[in-house]
Amino acid sequence: MSPDDGTFDARLRGLLAEHAGRDGPLLPILQAVQAEWGHVPRAALPAIAAALNLSRAEVHGVLSFYHDFREAPAGRRVVKLCRAEACQAMGAEALGAQARARLGIGWGETTADGAITLDPVFCLGLCACGPAALVDGQPVGRLDAARLDAILAGAAP
Amino acid sequence: MKVWLSQDAAARALGAEAVAAALTAEAARRGVALDLVRTGSHGMVWLEPLVEVQGPAGRLAFGPMTPADVPALFDAPAAHPRALGETLALPWMRRQTRLTFARCGMTDPLDLGAYEAAGGLAGLRRALAMPPAEVVQAVTESGLRGRGGAGFPTGIKWRTAAGASAPQKHIVCNADEGDSGTFADRMLIEGDPFCLIEGMAIAGHAVGATRGWVYLRSEYPDAIRTLARALGIARDMGLLGPRVLGHGPAFDIELRVGAGAYVCGEETSLLNSIEGRRPVVRAKPPLPAHEGLFGQPTVVNNVLTLASVPVILAEGPAFWRDFGIGRSRGTIPLQIAGNVRRGGLFEAAFGLTLGEIVDDIAGGTASGRPVKAVQVGGPLGAYFPRALFGTPFGYEEFAARGGLIGHAGIVLFDDSADMLALARFAMEFCALESCGKCTPCRIGAVRGVETLDRIARGDAAARPLLEELCETMKFGSLCALGGFTPYPVTSAMTHFPDDFARPREAAA
Repeated sequence: MSPDDGTFDARLRGLLAEHAGRDGPLLPILQAVQAEWGHVPRAALPAIAAALNLSRAEVHGVLSFYHDFREAPAGRRVVKLCRAEACQAMGAEALGAQARARLGIGWGETTADGAITLDPVFCLGLCACGPAALVDGQPVGRLDAARLDAILAGAAP
Repeated sequence: MKVWLSQDAAARALGAEAVAAALTAEAARRGVALDLVRTGSHGMVWLEPLVEVQGPAGRLAFGPMTPADVPALFDAPAAHPRALGETLALPWMRRQTRLTFARCGMTDPLDLGAYEAAGGLAGLRRALAMPPAEVVQAVTESGLRGRGGAGFPTGIKWRTAAGASAPQKHIVCNADEGDSGTFADRMLIEGDPFCLIEGMAIAGHAVGATRGWVYLRSEYPDAIRTLARALGIARDMGLLGPRVLGHGPAFDIELRVGAGAYVCGEETSLLNSIEGRRPVVRAKPPLPAHEGLFGQPTVVNNVLTLASVPVILAEGPAFWRDFGIGRSRGTIPLQIAGNVRRGGLFEAAFGLTLGEIVDDIAGGTASGRPVKAVQVGGPLGAYFPRALFGTPFGYEEFAARGGLIGHAGIVLFDDSADMLALARFAMEFCALESCGKCTPCRIGAVRGVETLDRIARGDAAARPLLEELCETMKFGSLCALGGFTPYPVTSAMTHFPDDFARPREAAA
């Protein structure tokens, strides 16, 4: 759904109303916006700032701090590969290089056809069965080169 | 036929859902009534997916299971090639002292009745019958220290918050378990969430707080789902709400999900994150116990700290205090990870040596190659060589050898590990995750990466520079991110000097 399909303002207002009266609502609001549109559209920021009596700079300061928030929608499949120490001990760096080479993109990027987004992640808590990944939210353990290729080709995780 | 199968994220990552589907299909094919209970994990990750079947004396374990192994389970379980014997008689289980994780792996995590039948709520009932000050006293006497890493005495933190006078106080559970090699918080929340809720309710009663918050990282989608459902059940059943258990004080818990920022595991950054501010670290004082969330008195405790409280109240402080060594009392859920033959969660009294944990319990590396280094305490923890394997697992014992136990994650590396690359990664990670508030961390980590690159190119003059930089970061940073990043770096340099002695590259 693109932000400018005519329903954007109404949906955003509805979403802000759901969080009205909550203590510390900014982070849950940004998460709800991303859940709704797949990213946090720049066009949403003035309304969020106005609703919370914040400056747009303050909202931007929060938004830009976190790795999770996207400025553009992710690919149809999101592969989060763990790069932290426990997975490195099991060869995660080589898998990361393989994924980037195969897709022709860098960390945090999406393929030109919009098929796959490759995100680095630092620990999924799957440290005793690494290398680990999260594929469309599904945990994957003991990832190897063949399985990674299959996942990047669209196979079920 | 009664069968148990873990739904822990690690079990699911290794194919538990396919095994569950195979169990259901095979039972249907044979016309067998299947009673499949999805549990948390016992912590034997190398055996996941672990299936358990009711045996004559206890549960019989089978693992690691694949869908192809399922049909034979319905024929002659005793002769099954994956049969391991009775679960609780397995060496990994028998050698543990499971106090915090007593129920994890045993029960359906969302079955409050099963929770209570397995000893749950006894601590909260006992606590509600005591004046708040006595609850604080019990926690103090138990010797419980913060399991998030800092090891601050929990009772003293509670007493400070209890003594603060304010219309509103908070209990904040730090479930932003970002350290690589740690997963105990995740396992507890996925496997026994009511234990955390009970611990938080006890804390609320003890310090006079009516609002609780769990700050849970977004990288744990399974834990988020389980805890959200557990909180709903707890409210429906009166464990949380205007009167805890029908007669206690008011207490409710709000779940907040992080958004991918390692530094939010630092307590003041976490508080800013909940408040909706940019989550930079706050200078202390004021302590959160005086001025925490929204400026109100706040206890910030790690998941394991809070989940240890129910058993302390149920069994009494002396029961807990009698386990452990020195000033490290009670049990610690060790998380053994990385290149490891038998990885998983192993809860034991403090005092096992690192060598016992690595060689004996974990069985060395998965690759079968020699253990080169062990990082204890997450990305901010030191790398220990075999020469330090005699170190007993305890806060002071590790500190005395230039390390820290942190959140008790233990990551094994085999002899293919490049310690200079790991030291560089520590600096790179700090640069990526620095909140930017203090200069030693924000700039120092970037300079650290550059200096390590110089060393990698054979520039020996860069070594003293790196040592000086580490000193500056250690003593000049506002929080543990910048302050402890030197631990992995200097320990790698000290204990593995060969990896830093690179031949000088020819000038371009």
